[in-house]
Amino acid sequence: MQQEDTRQTEKPAHDRPAQLPQVAEPRNPGMALDLDWVLGARANTSAIERRARTLPGRRSLKKDHQAAWLLKATTCIDLTTLAGDDTAGRVRRLCAKGMQPVRADILSALGMAPITVGAICVYHDMIAPAVDALQASGVPVAAVSTGFPAGLSPFDTRIAEIRASVAAGAQEIDIVISRRHALTGNWQALYDETRAMRQACGEAHMKTILATAELGSLRNVARASLVCMMGGADFIKTSTGKESVNATLPVSLVMIRALRDYHDRTGIHIGYKPAGGISKAKDALTYLALIKEELGTRWLSPDLFRFGASSLLGDIERQLEHQVTGRYSTGWRHPAA
Amino acid sequence: MTVPEIFETMDYGPAPESAAEALAWLVDRGDRFGHFIDGAMTEPRSDFSSRNPATSEVLAHLSQATSDEVDTAVSAARAAQPKWARLSGHKRARYLYALARLVQKHCRLLSVLETLDNGKPIRESRDIDIPLVARHFYYHAGMAQLADTELADREALGVCGQIVPWNFPLLMLAWKVAPAIAMGNTVVLKPAEYTSLTALAFAYLCREAGLPKGVVNIVTGDGAVGEMIVSHSNIAKIAFTGSTEVGRIIRRATAGSGKALTLELGGKSPYIVFEDADIDSAVEGLVDAIWFNQGQVCCAGSRLLVQEGIAEPFHAKLRKRMENLRIGNPLDKCIDIGTVVDPVQWQQIADKVAGSGGEVFQPDIPLPETGCFFRPTLITGLEQSDPLMQEEIFGPVLVATTFRTPAEAVGLANNTRFGLAASIWSENINLALGIAPKLAAGVVWINATNLFDAAAGFGGVRESGFGREGGWEGMMAYSRRIRSTKPLKPLMPSGTAASSVADEIDRTPKMYVGGKQARPDSGYSRPVCSPRGKLLGHVGLGSRKDIRNAVEAAEKAVGWSGTTAHLRAQILYFIAENLSARGDEFAARIRHQTGTNTRTARAEVETAISRLFTYAAWADKLDGAAKPVPLRGIALAINEPVGIIGAFCPDEAPLLGLISTMAPAIAMGNRCVLVASEPYPLTATDFYQVLDTSDVPGGVVNILTGSHTELGPHLAGHLGVDAVWSFSSSDISGLVESEAAGNLKRTWVNNARSRDWSGSDGEGREFLAAATEVKTVWVPYGE
Repeated sequence: MQQEDTRQTEKPAHDRPAQLPQVAEPRNPGMALDLDWVLGARANTSAIERRARTLPGRRSLKKDHQAAWLLKATTCIDLTTLAGDDTAGRVRRLCAKGMQPVRADILSALGMAPITVGAICVYHDMIAPAVDALQASGVPVAAVSTGFPAGLSPFDTRIAEIRASVAAGAQEIDIVISRRHALTGNWQALYDETRAMRQACGEAHMKTILATAELGSLRNVARASLVCMMGGADFIKTSTGKESVNATLPVSLVMIRALRDYHDRTGIHIGYKPAGGISKAKDALTYLALIKEELGTRWLSPDLFRFGASSLLGDIERQLEHQVTGRYSTGWRHPAA
Repeated sequence: MTVPEIFETMDYGPAPESAAEALAWLVDRGDRFGHFIDGAMTEPRSDFSSRNPATSEVLAHLSQATSDEVDTAVSAARAAQPKWARLSGHKRARYLYALARLVQKHCRLLSVLETLDNGKPIRESRDIDIPLVARHFYYHAGMAQLADTELADREALGVCGQIVPWNFPLLMLAWKVAPAIAMGNTVVLKPAEYTSLTALAFAYLCREAGLPKGVVNIVTGDGAVGEMIVSHSNIAKIAFTGSTEVGRIIRRATAGSGKALTLELGGKSPYIVFEDADIDSAVEGLVDAIWFNQGQVCCAGSRLLVQEGIAEPFHAKLRKRMENLRIGNPLDKCIDIGTVVDPVQWQQIADKVAGSGGEVFQPDIPLPETGCFFRPTLITGLEQSDPLMQEEIFGPVLVATTFRTPAEAVGLANNTRFGLAASIWSENINLALGIAPKLAAGVVWINATNLFDAAAGFGGVRESGFGREGGWEGMMAYSRRIRSTKPLKPLMPSGTAASSVADEIDRTPKMYVGGKQARPDSGYSRPVCSPRGKLLGHVGLGSRKDIRNAVEAAEKAVGWSGTTAHLRAQILYFIAENLSARGDEFAARIRHQTGTNTRTARAEVETAISRLFTYAAWADKLDGAAKPVPLRGIALAINEPVGIIGAFCPDEAPLLGLISTMAPAIAMGNRCVLVASEPYPLTATDFYQVLDTSDVPGGVVNILTGSHTELGPHLAGHLGVDAVWSFSSSDISGLVESEAAGNLKRTWVNNARSRDWSGSDGEGREFLAAATEVKTVWVPYGE
């Protein structure tokens, strides 16, 4: 089933921001719901936790390598604001930060060309100011959709919301799944819903938010991940950021292993987005190492990996300045998001 | 590489731990070390050197202990022991606590030193070895604190000679030293010659802790020094961790010396993956099973058994996982696999892999150009008969085969001379918990591998050795029950018959094998006479063939080990009931054989009945334990029967001795081959009629008669017998222990010392412990 990566779009590096992928993978067309596969998914919590717990001790990054990885992490951030008090002004500031996430003098000291974050993630009403602010930067706007975060508004409304967001210029749609379908084992309903949403997304990439903390078990996370991919998800994403527990390493391990199985069987590359609770540079490195170990280096790219985070960038900036100056830095030395 | 380049490749890059402090520590001590004897370092010599296997650099020059130096160390330990044992448990606890704290304070020095000397990844020495060392001293500080009250009926053994291997140098030292000194023993320890440095560093910690002189002594050197320790007459106990081959030599060397012995030896531990397992986690588990410490782990999951239906995808995932392993500088914090300990070991592993008939897979991963690095290796397509499926490789080499059913998995798993550890991977609780008791292993991990903790016993069955380290069961190996003994006088059959019994029909006592009466294979009998020379009857002269038949019968009676404790209790009560009904007859028989008076004979019968009640009571009351290990889950300590126990019954108490030997064995689910009292065998031959009427299944108890000296080598040497006990008045202890080396069966011998069979020394926990093996089953849980 391995599909050829025929649609390579090689461009000279200087023509495009450094973080943008040099190879575009074919999108996930989805597949028929394979319930045998879904129900055969297993996840041994203790073993998964052990793997997650020991990983930080197994991989370590120092000096230039640490700096390069932190820059990579920066390019994979979906810089996010999802607050009730968001305004156009607030979103413009966020976009400005997203287009220049690391101080130019630091980048220059590290020998790096300019970089941007992976995307700016906002609510529907903030799409317009974001698209406006980001204009020619190439940074896409991602919108949370489908009755975010609970996903309990009427189905038609949720589909319409996707269409409206795409029409408003969102290139990526972060949808929330109906947790009740996973909790009741109604995988067909989850599949149908995902399929319909994918259709509504059109050209926009779809990230399916599983809200893993509300699925009851890691086994359910594995099953829901598979169903979402069968339904056509381009990315699978852990959390809305609004659950009591958001992205964790064990949950990530389960999701990316499901994603790896999907790739092994179909040849399709699915992206992964842990979201919420990742606020330290060190945590970001651990996530990247996890991805590299379990999925391979190909996945360490914003077309296949994103952090959903709001405060992570601040810590990364401080670490990068430390790398350049040899002295620990502080928050107010870096422009706010 | 520049930052923008790394940004593209996303390589890890080097992340070396500095060796500077550890090397400085060595330099400060002149790079030369003597021994640690009586609280001081001896004058250093440069007899041999310790090398870094990653670079071949000499790390330090060491002294090969001479016979005089070993003598001095043992004398120092011996001189220190009484006072050390007389200290309150609390005082000893303070020293152990100080040692635990010092290990933590110097954790980085010890980790780096260990990695330099051994070649294991710094992650492992830093995150696993050294924290477990500290944990072991903390745990045993607690044991010292509680010993006065909780182990009040036990005492220290004396000087313990301890020989540890090179794969976990400091951790194995901790496993040996901590329980020994907690209980009031003193030690003479020899680290492996490849890896002595952390043991020497530990010597400095002992000084820093103010440990009294002579409590811990460390001598360095090769196997010759080990031999001196093993054969030293003032050492009371030998504890050895290492190869089965050397373990067997030590068993023979200590036979008959009266030394206590525990052996933690090799393994070929099965790693069983059922089709309903979390496959990715099981694949990842193998990284910790066989690529932990370069596979140089006695309990490494080195034999992969995968259910046939998932074997292909499982192997494919495993190969892919292997491509991601990083092998290189052990001091790099980003390395999975370091170096094998020595070029000699490297060559042995390479030779074994080269001789494989299977499909050998080694990932094409970068390897340093020099140093003892061995690629992680998977060999599939092997059959059980392949030597690589049977022999321990002790390197990063995993051999694999497949199975169809759970029963076949158990069959393959147990088709080995070893029995150290096993892993079971299944999401089905019924399957996993059902397989665990069926495996011949001292430790079983469910959906996990290589979990260790000081609270949980560790040790093997079969040729993986005997004795447990860790937990309360570990303390048994460093203490003995307090009781007084005397030299045991040999009791031999009296001379030939002066007259025969004319007024009774001739009775022909036979042996009892497989629930049936059996004539001796030899066709010879001998008369049994009263002390006054009156002929009481004839008994068969048992031979090796009768032993063979009896052990075969015992093997067939394997169902007994699976019966409920309640049923075994019922049968023991029933035996007591039937014995009681014939009490007078048995008393008379004792009187006729031994010449004792009626009252004494009667009392022996009554005590025997009481003893049967004791073990009927114990049958369902020797509880296991749920150990509080640091993990979400439980570690169960399950008392399992040893298997087939061969026993030479006491000569002096024909009935009580027989019962005292048989009852604990069968109460715990063992089958036994009992050799009756040599001078007074007729009680035992009468007794099988009681067994016949008491619903004891055939083969559970087999009774032979004959010469203990002649039968000794055959019973003790039988490779299908799991344990042999000797309470014989013939001095066969040495012979039994020596012959037991063949399959490293557990032994319990009297060393020609007496035992008061009628009192509390004749029953209880000492017997129950000998009749059981503790199996530790780790069950991590949580959804």
